[in-house]
Amino acid sequence: MNWDVVIGLEVHAQLQTASKLFSPAPNAAGATPNETASAVELGLPGTLPVPNAEAIRLALRFGAAIDAALATETIFARKNYFYPDLPKGYQISQLDAPIVGRGSLSVVMPDGATKAIGITRAHLEEDAGKSVHDAYSDRTAIDLNRAGTPLLEIVSEPELHSAQEAVAYLRELHNLVRTLEICDGNMNEGSLRCDANVSLKPAGSETLGTRTEIKNLNSFRFLERAITYEIERQQLVLEGGGAVVQETRLYDPDRDETRPMRSKEEAEDYRYFPDPDLLPILLTADDHAAARASLPELPAAKRARYETDLGLTASEARLLASERSTAAYFEAALTAGAAPKGAANWLAGEIAAQLNRSGESLDAFPITPAQLAGLLARVDDGTLSSKLAKTVFERMLETREDADVIIEREGLKQVSDSGALESLVAEVIEANPGQVEQYRAGKGKVLGFFVGQLMKASGGKANPQQLNALLKAALGEPGEG
Amino acid sequence: MSLDTLSAMRRALEAGQTTAVALTEQALAAAEANGDLNAFLHLDTAKARAAAEAADARRQAGEGSALTGIPLAVKDIFCSEGDPTTAASKMLANWRAPYDATAVARLRDAGAVLLGKLNLDEFAMGASGENSAFGPTLNPWDRTRVPGGSSSGSAAAVAAGIVPATLGTDTGGSIRQPAAFCGLTGLKPTYGRVSRWGMIAFASSLDQGGALAWSAEDVAEVFSVIGGHDARDATSAPGTIAPPGALLSAPVAGLTLGVPEAFFEAVDSALQGPLAEARAQFEALGVRLKAIELPFAGDAVPAYYVLAPAEASTNLSRYDGVRFGHRCENPVDLDDLYRRSRGEGFGPEVKRRILTGTYALSVGYYDAYYRQAQRVRRRILGSFTEAFQSVDALFLPTTPTTAFKLGEKRHDPIALYEEDRFTIPANLAGLPALSLPVGFSNGLPVGGQLIAPHFEEGRILSLAHAFQQVTDHHQQRPMARGAA
Repeated sequence: MNWDVVIGLEVHAQLQTASKLFSPAPNAAGATPNETASAVELGLPGTLPVPNAEAIRLALRFGAAIDAALATETIFARKNYFYPDLPKGYQISQLDAPIVGRGSLSVVMPDGATKAIGITRAHLEEDAGKSVHDAYSDRTAIDLNRAGTPLLEIVSEPELHSAQEAVAYLRELHNLVRTLEICDGNMNEGSLRCDANVSLKPAGSETLGTRTEIKNLNSFRFLERAITYEIERQQLVLEGGGAVVQETRLYDPDRDETRPMRSKEEAEDYRYFPDPDLLPILLTADDHAAARASLPELPAAKRARYETDLGLTASEARLLASERSTAAYFEAALTAGAAPKGAANWLAGEIAAQLNRSGESLDAFPITPAQLAGLLARVDDGTLSSKLAKTVFERMLETREDADVIIEREGLKQVSDSGALESLVAEVIEANPGQVEQYRAGKGKVLGFFVGQLMKASGGKANPQQLNALLKAALGEPGEG
Repeated sequence: MSLDTLSAMRRALEAGQTTAVALTEQALAAAEANGDLNAFLHLDTAKARAAAEAADARRQAGEGSALTGIPLAVKDIFCSEGDPTTAASKMLANWRAPYDATAVARLRDAGAVLLGKLNLDEFAMGASGENSAFGPTLNPWDRTRVPGGSSSGSAAAVAAGIVPATLGTDTGGSIRQPAAFCGLTGLKPTYGRVSRWGMIAFASSLDQGGALAWSAEDVAEVFSVIGGHDARDATSAPGTIAPPGALLSAPVAGLTLGVPEAFFEAVDSALQGPLAEARAQFEALGVRLKAIELPFAGDAVPAYYVLAPAEASTNLSRYDGVRFGHRCENPVDLDDLYRRSRGEGFGPEVKRRILTGTYALSVGYYDAYYRQAQRVRRRILGSFTEAFQSVDALFLPTTPTTAFKLGEKRHDPIALYEEDRFTIPANLAGLPALSLPVGFSNGLPVGGQLIAPHFEEGRILSLAHAFQQVTDHHQQRPMARGAA
């Protein structure tokens, strides 16, 4: 039987504000547990929440970026449940009247096609603290540093149809929040995390199947593997005549499987209701306009510009525009004078390969965009052959020096001085009369022998194009035999 | 006769006839003499004496304000830094607040001498003072009767002559009803006027701090200090409070007072005489009376007893035995920790309201209870707004009866809930309301209530002040403890 896969993602993005969502306590990791938890985060009696205006601005910026309906009146609600790392016994979240309504995100899918994925809503809520189970042998400790961190929960429509599409969507979203500078996107540290709702239905069917929710996926790889596993699991259940149970599941990366966390029967009644400590927040047309005005160039617009204005191919444009630090590096190199095509080639080639080897991110890359531009300038003006340029690049990685410094010191300049080359050519011709004879007798490929000898003699620094021309001038065209 | 009103103390301090230290010693002695009232949960003599000396120094340096050197006390639902703050609950028996409530900080900054923390119904849930985990408070007018609640200690401490004014909170009548039972003037300001920061929450959308004292004049003095915008409370109203002189001096002749006749007919017959005389007195002051109706007023109590417990049920979730407050002995697991900590820490009325409120917010009941009650609340506000089209303020009874006997209604929660039926509507509508003494019935004080449009505290304070210029109900005192 054929199945259609239906996936929707709920993404939690920690917003980069100076203070917490409802208190002036710093929104920072905190060196020691509970260091950044103020009386408000501890939920002490008599404390009250005051909304962080910056968090509201960042949420609106996101809404503007996905061309969403922005709220004119947004309401905070209490989501009630007991848990030791939830200090007040409720989380301040949003149910009705979220700050960001329906919008959509343009996603480049694995097949290269671009697809608009609906975003149902995005709302503000406070993060909970953490239960620490390994600090003491027989007790659980509570660290409330994370409590009160502003989160934007971004809920997609169930419009993704494979694990790979889900990953493509999350990558796009990840790049967007980083481009908007509302979230650092650090998935290892939980700054961006994701729940996946997965269900199957018979191919072509209109009715959605029963879904499961996989909680707290904190890498692209885990997202892909968890969904892949879950699709197979549900398929086995359904094809075995069983029914999928609506439940929450956790992905275990060590065993590469999902396991049930709690089922719907155990699901809690969160008793949502408007938080009486917080009045509805009224947002004006000016607030909306300010959010739109704060938008940087968005990834989709970047892709289009790279293709049409810079003459890059679609795949180059996608590669460069789909990751914020790559785009930033690329554009900085252009600003420093690099040609788009050359910079694109290097980013896609040598630099990508080097990052792959080192496992580092482009943010920490030893060669600055300006230094890359400097290197490319020496290729363009003929100082360096592409082979020499790679050598200089390797040196730059080690020493972090400018290309010119290395070229100068190590004498890696391509020899283009025709006087110097002509005498080299003369020397080599004189030293190899046999080969000259063969060439003149019609063996054209002997030219390669001379080129090799000359490159060797020049220490690899001869300009190959120029060399060919000089050789042919000295030897003439190969004989007719 | 000892000085027992805030204004008299202030005048004596300004004239150099007394000192803050002397007033504080007098207050501490009165507190001790009236220990049987159980008005105080915490009395800090050393701190009070130090504050009194500091206040005298300020006055001698020509600094300070009206409240500098005046002994005051606050309901033990206001956090005060370093002091026990219990909300009269076993849950917080050993908790000390690490910060001052905004209202407390403003009193301190003004130089008031804070004696300590006053008894109340646990978490401000009650109308008799009997729901305190630390025992009931007695009514100084008749020690076999309740002082009203939930600001029971706040009323008893003033009526017994211990301090001239106190802070209370009013969620459904908790300032006005005890003020009425104890012969005092009590103001519940407009919702948002007095910051809720540091005021332990019962029902956040209804809770409002205010003052109790003998006269409107003294209440205005305290209100002008504790009120005004506070950035730490997102529901705080913008703006500052006018100085007391301005709050008291609005012309009253020519104002129209709406009198909802149905409310007057619903009170105990013993109260009808004093209330009728009060109406005549207002007319004598040049105030026009106009009979009005307040539709939906009968729905106020049921709506309130859905909304207030709903909010309370989640406001009280933080008392879970994890970070502070009561924790049960040797919990076997997390569930046991929650169950027993909360089971042991909360009293029966608090539990009743948590259960009621949890029910009202549950899936399947939310629309029928919580949403419906919100609708009623909006209608009640609407009927007040309509009434204020044709009247400047309202006059009505504060309570249906005078102070009742201790234990009389303890086992009848619904009867106790009905105690608040004249006071609850102003909370639901967020309106400023004031109770003032209008006479006596069988030796017990009778209260009348004034309600004004939002932010018009000055109008009802001026009405009460004018009334008190020509009446002496607010000058009556219960027989002093130990007096012949």
